[in-house]
Amino acid sequence: MKERFVGVSRLSMFIIRQDRLRYVWWLIGIIALTLIVPPALNELYPTQQDRDVLAETMKNPVMEAMVGPGDLANYTLGAMVSHQMLLMTAIAVAIMNILLMVRHTRAEEEEGQAELLRSFPVARDSQLTASMLTLTGVNLLLALLIGVGLYSLSFDSMGVTGSFIYGAGLGAIGIFFASITAVCSQMAGSSRGAVGLSFTVMIACYLLRSGTEWIPPFGWLTQVQPYSENNWLPVGGLLVAGAVLFLFAVMLLGKRDIGSGLIPSRNGRAHASVLLRSPIGLAWRLQRTTFISWSIGMLVLGVSYGSVLGDLDAFFQDNDMLASMIVADENSSLTAQFLPMLMAVLAFISTIPALLSIHKVVGEERKSRVDVVLSRSVSRTALFMSYLVLACITAVMMLSFAALGLWLAGTTSMEEPFSIQTVWQSAIVHFPAIAVMIGVSSCLIGIVKKAVGLVWLYLFYGFMTLYLGGLFQFPVWMEKLSPFGFVSKLPIEDMNWLYAGGLIAVAILLMMIGINRYTNRDIEG
Amino acid sequence: MNVIEMKQVTKAFGAHHALDGLDLSVMKGEVFGFIGPNGAGKSTAIRVLLGMLRKTSGTATIFGEDVWRDAVKIHRRIAYVPGDVNLWPQLTGGEVIDLFASLQGKMNTQKRDELLVRFQLDPTKKCRTYSKGNRQKVALVAAFASDAELFLLDEPTSGLDPLMEKVFQQCVAEVKAEGKTVLLSSHILSEVEKLCDRVGIIRQGRLIECGTLNELRHLTRMQLAVETRVPMESLASWQGVHDVVQTELGWTFHADAEEMELIMQKLGSYGIQRIESAPPTLEDLFMRHYEGTAESRES
Repeated sequence: MKERFVGVSRLSMFIIRQDRLRYVWWLIGIIALTLIVPPALNELYPTQQDRDVLAETMKNPVMEAMVGPGDLANYTLGAMVSHQMLLMTAIAVAIMNILLMVRHTRAEEEEGQAELLRSFPVARDSQLTASMLTLTGVNLLLALLIGVGLYSLSFDSMGVTGSFIYGAGLGAIGIFFASITAVCSQMAGSSRGAVGLSFTVMIACYLLRSGTEWIPPFGWLTQVQPYSENNWLPVGGLLVAGAVLFLFAVMLLGKRDIGSGLIPSRNGRAHASVLLRSPIGLAWRLQRTTFISWSIGMLVLGVSYGSVLGDLDAFFQDNDMLASMIVADENSSLTAQFLPMLMAVLAFISTIPALLSIHKVVGEERKSRVDVVLSRSVSRTALFMSYLVLACITAVMMLSFAALGLWLAGTTSMEEPFSIQTVWQSAIVHFPAIAVMIGVSSCLIGIVKKAVGLVWLYLFYGFMTLYLGGLFQFPVWMEKLSPFGFVSKLPIEDMNWLYAGGLIAVAILLMMIGINRYTNRDIEG
Repeated sequence: MNVIEMKQVTKAFGAHHALDGLDLSVMKGEVFGFIGPNGAGKSTAIRVLLGMLRKTSGTATIFGEDVWRDAVKIHRRIAYVPGDVNLWPQLTGGEVIDLFASLQGKMNTQKRDELLVRFQLDPTKKCRTYSKGNRQKVALVAAFASDAELFLLDEPTSGLDPLMEKVFQQCVAEVKAEGKTVLLSSHILSEVEKLCDRVGIIRQGRLIECGTLNELRHLTRMQLAVETRVPMESLASWQGVHDVVQTELGWTFHADAEEMELIMQKLGSYGIQRIESAPPTLEDLFMRHYEGTAESRES
């Protein structure tokens, strides 16, 4: 038994040494996000009366699906913070754990460092155990810092127990997802596959949670209810589930070969099909699996949001008084008011596969696989354009799949369903903004390819200003710093062609700068 | 006309000069051996020729065209095999070979199938499952099945077994017979010696020796083993004599080519019983320059 842990401490130190900055930035980001919210909400909703008004607007199926249930009857500042922020912060924590876990398990195997390390007297499980240990430490630190931080804000309704259970809930989610990722890393055939599989699990968990609040892990997290119920039981449950999953991962690790997943690789074609015989054919082939899985994901996400619209419809039918209060616009139904909001979230998620698609061009360069293509008679412009075109197609397709899913579910569950044109238009109207994001990535790839990750920060900024803009009453210019701030809210607003045209022009300009810089710089070998 | 022409090419990565005034010309129809220690700039030179890296100064042309500006045009007529072949794990070897062919332009499918047999490569296996040698075979098959006029080979055999190395050497001999040009960067000096018409030695980003093997041999020392009746106590102090070692049967030493005549006259007076001479191998040549680097590093 002792043999299984040979080298764990040494490897853990090594992981910390390699990744300390990454850890610090993630922690700073998540903690800052958590700590700026309570003072802001306190300023915006100073009295209990203000907060009760907000609580009223939260009592509908859309909000429940998005942020989860809360203590709306007793909506103190603390209850409000945990209701509005806990679930969203938990997703950020989950993403952190997925990315960091895959880095030290599959990614290192793929690059060959793992093999080198394992040739030393180091147990087979050690790398996995060391990664888990390090991430457990990071999550514990996160839990403690958030607990201390929230308590030190010293708001009346945010006591010591609530603050620490808030942090503990996030830490437990982190540990749970580190373990989930450990399992996924054993299943998938590559590190990209492991990231994809883990994200799929995460999104599935999030979707399943709405409506049925007992499904782990997010369902359990919403049961914690810091600052009101202060329920420790789900936190313990998450930790136990995490430990069980980790042991399962260790067991699976013993059953597979280094560098490959549990699914064996079969022989393939001896010759390339016509589709593969061009730069864009290659780019497509490399992303085919990712594209298909994201398409299915977007369809499912659309369906789940569409069914929320159905609930909303039924909700308004039962609340005649509420309906008569809110009716503002004769031309659009009450439910239509919520369509742009749901579409905005779907559009942000659709941006992720589009950006991943254009980022593949840097990924290929880092893996030294661009030389062998460019040493054929393929120009850099042609290579780059292939990825750009694919990224744009991906964006359009993802929006369309989301719209299709939403329409399908809406049609079956709503009294007066939207037409498919209405739904598709409210989705595709986001395309110019996504194109600008692709343009930003192109520029980064051409000019400073090391900094290409910054585009995710920019996307997150856009998401925050739109998603939380209403809650925090951000000034309009903050929304306009992101291309998503210029998207017309179809069908409740008129189409602003000037904005859409402007976004497309900016996108084309950025892409052209990107291509120009890419064709004039050194290719990393 | 020279197929490859590099004049005073420098490539700086920050303060470090990977290439420092490199002059290199390769003539049409020859096999040119490019040798040098690790980090001397061989791969950098080849990647400048491929238009992957932008040279800091100097001129570099292939077929008389600028390697950066006309990269795509040039690439229609060349084939490149890197030392570290990185391929897409999810594609099969056969798919990659066909992909390369279609990106290049033409491929002789009959030649491809013949090469697959000669290199004993299973094209239905995913690249993920290939060893380094097998990945190299994928690149070699794609290169030799193309109708390229110039082959840029950057340590192409570092993963091959001796049998496959032989197949590779045959392939190089065949393309040479067709009048094509080869730039072969290699660490396997016996291979370079066997295949190359001319050899260039690069050190610290500069070409320090260049010529046919025979020309280079004149520049260096010959190894001699001599047995004489009269002991030669003063041998070590003779002009042009180096590395003297006394053996059971007599003496071995290195002699400078330009002092050879005088040394032979002196040796005659000691009563030669047995004399063996060996021409310097490329390895000797290489070691001499390599040791030079090591010394300059120490000092």
